[in-house]
Amino acid sequence: MFAFCADPSALPQWQWFACYLTSGTHLAFYWSFVVVIVLILLAAPASLLLGFGGALAQRSRYAPLRWFGAGYTSMVRGVPDIVFFLFVPIAVDQSLEFLMHQIRCPDWDLPIRRGNDFLVCPAAKVPLSTSPSWVHDFYAFGLALLAFALVFGAFAANTLRGAMEAVPKAQIETAEAYGMTRGQAFRRVLLPQMWVYALPGLSNLWMILIKATPLLFLLGIQDIVFWARELGGAKTSLYTYPHPDWRVWYFLVVLIFYLLLTWVSQFGFERLMGRLSVGQATAGGERMRKAGL
Amino acid sequence: MKKLALTLAALAFGATSAIAQDVVRMGSEGAYPPYNFINDNNELDGFERELGDMLCERAELNCEWVINDWDTIIPNLVAGNYDTIMAGMSITEARQEVIAFTQNYLQPEPSQYVGLAGTDPSVIESGIVTTQSNTIQAAHVAETEATLVEFPTPDETIAAVRSGEADAVLADGAFLQAIVDESGGELEILGDPLLLGDGIGMGVRQSDDELRETFNSIISEMKEDGSLNELIVKWFGEEMPLFD
Repeated sequence: MFAFCADPSALPQWQWFACYLTSGTHLAFYWSFVVVIVLILLAAPASLLLGFGGALAQRSRYAPLRWFGAGYTSMVRGVPDIVFFLFVPIAVDQSLEFLMHQIRCPDWDLPIRRGNDFLVCPAAKVPLSTSPSWVHDFYAFGLALLAFALVFGAFAANTLRGAMEAVPKAQIETAEAYGMTRGQAFRRVLLPQMWVYALPGLSNLWMILIKATPLLFLLGIQDIVFWARELGGAKTSLYTYPHPDWRVWYFLVVLIFYLLLTWVSQFGFERLMGRLSVGQATAGGERMRKAGL
Repeated sequence: MKKLALTLAALAFGATSAIAQDVVRMGSEGAYPPYNFINDNNELDGFERELGDMLCERAELNCEWVINDWDTIIPNLVAGNYDTIMAGMSITEARQEVIAFTQNYLQPEPSQYVGLAGTDPSVIESGIVTTQSNTIQAAHVAETEATLVEFPTPDETIAAVRSGEADAVLADGAFLQAIVDESGGELEILGDPLLLGDGIGMGVRQSDDELRETFNSIISEMKEDGSLNELIVKWFGEEMPLFD
């Protein structure tokens, strides 16, 4: 990074640290913060969407759709997260490979499961062995995102269903009395009002989502926790920057990062709650009315 | 979701070109110097990296390295996420039930006990001994009277000894030697070295006979022309057992 980093063993302390903190592994460490934030930012809307679908399915007039919604939420909510995080990527990966195998290698005569091995033809590998490593990284990230969205979507579904049912019945009846169809009443009356009831639950989920991101490490993605452990560990002189066990400092940085992230989100949710409460027949809305806001 | 869809689209359109089986994905742990470790440039480095690259060059294979956690390194090989394991893995019967190994590229080498300076060597038999989980050393300690404490990474086992959580660590001598040398007298080797296992080899899937044979013949070639011994001396020094 800096010109003086050529021989770190002979550097004064501040320069040594400047070199150390900009080494290739440290840049990867900083990048992993970006990866985690991107994951959160993509997983939140994805799970909200899944949750919305799940909530609608549970309230549907068609029984099979209701069963599907109930099945999805109770199954995901009833299984430990970690089990699901380990299960989804493997299951999706192997089913994709199995599908590709059927499509691309219809003439393949060897069995896919041979003893302990799961082997599809080379053309059915997802991603292909020949793909550059960023494709593999993207793919792993995509699978992780899917697992997060599925798990948090199930929780969001229940929160949103609760919120939909919390909107006073009289509001819907009034809408219908004005001649709105079921769909119109949903879009114009229920949908705008449900968020104030959903927000406390959703903000909980958001916090849990943030705090669940170290699970990425389980999925083989080199996330913040992986790097904190890797970089913090004692390094012998085989490394360019030997140092004793510094894990406590690295984990402290990770801790501060998560605290900051949740603190900022808390602040954001409070603002959002204020905005949503305006004119609502809730205690929060009433307080704002009295204060003349 | 979006990224997954993008990746899938990229796969469907971009990667339909000729199927080249000549890319071999090589799995390693990257946390066990000098066997394999991630250097400060964020590249896999160490004895096995250099040996693996040499093997691939001689076999005219296009190799790509993949870092994987030690505890899931065998399941991910079996699931086809990569094709070989070079991670200081000793050839043992238990592992051979799940995967196959090439011939060894390192002789069975002494494992050592290391504890804080002044520790009574009797802790080997009756104290708390720490090892990395799922290693040959863990299997050995489990059979002794000592209490076994396992950690997922080698580095954590050393930290446990330093903090007094464990009385001693059992690991490959070559890994421990550098740590003891640089501890400034804080750590020392306890008792006598142990010979465990049948040496270190490259793990491959049991169904991958072709790949195993390819690497087997090149490892033989490198043993005969002395280049393997040269590499061993370069990374481990003169004390490591060599091939005749």
